[in-house]
Amino acid sequence: MTPDQARHLIEEALTQVAPDADLADLPPDTELRDDLGLDSLDFLRFVEILSERTGTPIAEDDYPHLATLASAIKFLAGR
Amino acid sequence: MAEFRMPALGADMDEGTVLEWLVKPGDQVHKGDVIAVIDTAKAAIDAESFCAGTVGQLLIGVGQTVPVGTVLATITESPAMPAAQPPPAGPAEHEEPERPPRPAAPPKRKPKRVPAGGGHPAAAISPLIRKRAHELGVDLAKLRGTGREGTVTRADVERAAAGQQAAALKPPSRAPSRVRATPRARRLAAELGVDLAGVTGTGPDGSVKEADVRRAVPAREAASAREAVQPAAAAAARSGAERALSMRQAIGRLMARSKREIPHYYVGNTVDMTKSLEWLHERNRELEVSERLVPAALLLKAAALAARQVPDVNGYWLDDQFSPAGAVHLGLVISLRGGGLLTPAIHHAADLGLAELMSQMRDLVIRARAGRLRSTELTDATITVTNLGDQGVESVFGVIYPPQVALVGFGKITERPVAVGGLIGVRPVVVTTLSADHRASDAMTGARYLAEISDLLQRPEEL
Repeated sequence: MTPDQARHLIEEALTQVAPDADLADLPPDTELRDDLGLDSLDFLRFVEILSERTGTPIAEDDYPHLATLASAIKFLAGR
Repeated sequence: MAEFRMPALGADMDEGTVLEWLVKPGDQVHKGDVIAVIDTAKAAIDAESFCAGTVGQLLIGVGQTVPVGTVLATITESPAMPAAQPPPAGPAEHEEPERPPRPAAPPKRKPKRVPAGGGHPAAAISPLIRKRAHELGVDLAKLRGTGREGTVTRADVERAAAGQQAAALKPPSRAPSRVRATPRARRLAAELGVDLAGVTGTGPDGSVKEADVRRAVPAREAASAREAVQPAAAAAARSGAERALSMRQAIGRLMARSKREIPHYYVGNTVDMTKSLEWLHERNRELEVSERLVPAALLLKAAALAARQVPDVNGYWLDDQFSPAGAVHLGLVISLRGGGLLTPAIHHAADLGLAELMSQMRDLVIRARAGRLRSTELTDATITVTNLGDQGVESVFGVIYPPQVALVGFGKITERPVAVGGLIGVRPVVVTTLSADHRASDAMTGARYLAEISDLLQRPEEL
């Protein structure tokens, strides 16, 4: 997966989880949970969607990689 | 004949608008079927039927706003399955003929029996008489007929109506002695704003039963229903701005009432989450994302189990006394993205396994935000939990939802230096709080409740 594809996938997942969040031009250091106001259930759903779309499981130990937009892109693109 | 009434979807609701009918006269409905969509100040809610039967008349049109308790439709109940029929019981043990629109009961209740009171099937009453009874707000199931073979006559109906009016007009007596009433009747009276002192009881020793409270309402609501009817053009749900305003107003009214009426006391505790989180992490390691638990599931389960251990915080303050709830229905404060909040309940939360509790919690949050809650979920929380952990605050001391008597708060799970066995270590901790009604309990009880939660969280495998 290229970084662009990863970013696209992340934005798509976020659109589902937080429909009201303004996702246009998110800076790379956006904290997905705090800045977008995702609660633990939203975040779980976010991980679930990423996992479904990529067809690879995402372990709980990997959650820290999904902290910011940039780290999440790096994590998904590197798989 | 059962009446489908405008349900009281929470103590803060006094009127609702019929947004949509999902049934038409003649349709068969089952208990729990969604039959209408009701707009409240806070959200559009799917209103469920509280009995099985055939839809009679739809009495309130789409777009009309009517007070809580107003009859929206009639439903002719189907006889219960013979196999499910309990053995014959004395009249005092009969279920009330009308099931309340608010289900205080577990969903797995046995099918309802045929209307008990008058001992005759509703079908034996002529349509004209039924119509007259409806106009006068008389419950036919409660009438003893004086006609041939005990059939109800027009005179019976009018006599009953006159009696009801006399009862309704009687000024509420402020007698020093408490009115005898069943807990359900008290709760309903509080919701509908009925003064129990003005209700004529038909139960043992003149105690007020649920049906008596309902009977006391029609006269009052008939008048207000006429005024409240609004043009059908208003059928659309509130716009975003209107919703935001009405939401704030509804929250404001309820919270002001809580602070005005309830003498809150507050206790707090810091709970070591090491064992819970380790157990959770270990468990989640083997599971698909969709089956993983979040720490909130453990906190909710602990709150529910502790409420069962310390029953003085689980129930309602009604008519100057505490009425403990049998089951633990855990209200969950869910904040909506556009602002405001809803507090649907997870029924029988103390009896649910963690996985089931978790899935119900997820489902409630999704549906609360999508505006697809069901009426049963908004009516019968016995204690409420607010979990602000995700918002990053350490502690929250909430405002109690009347007539409940306690609200549990969970803050963010944070790592803190903690002294254990004479050594300082870094451990995940969560601050638990309880706001409780001092009329129903003392701080000792509240302290016991929080200590119970802490104990439970040290044994996560037993949750």
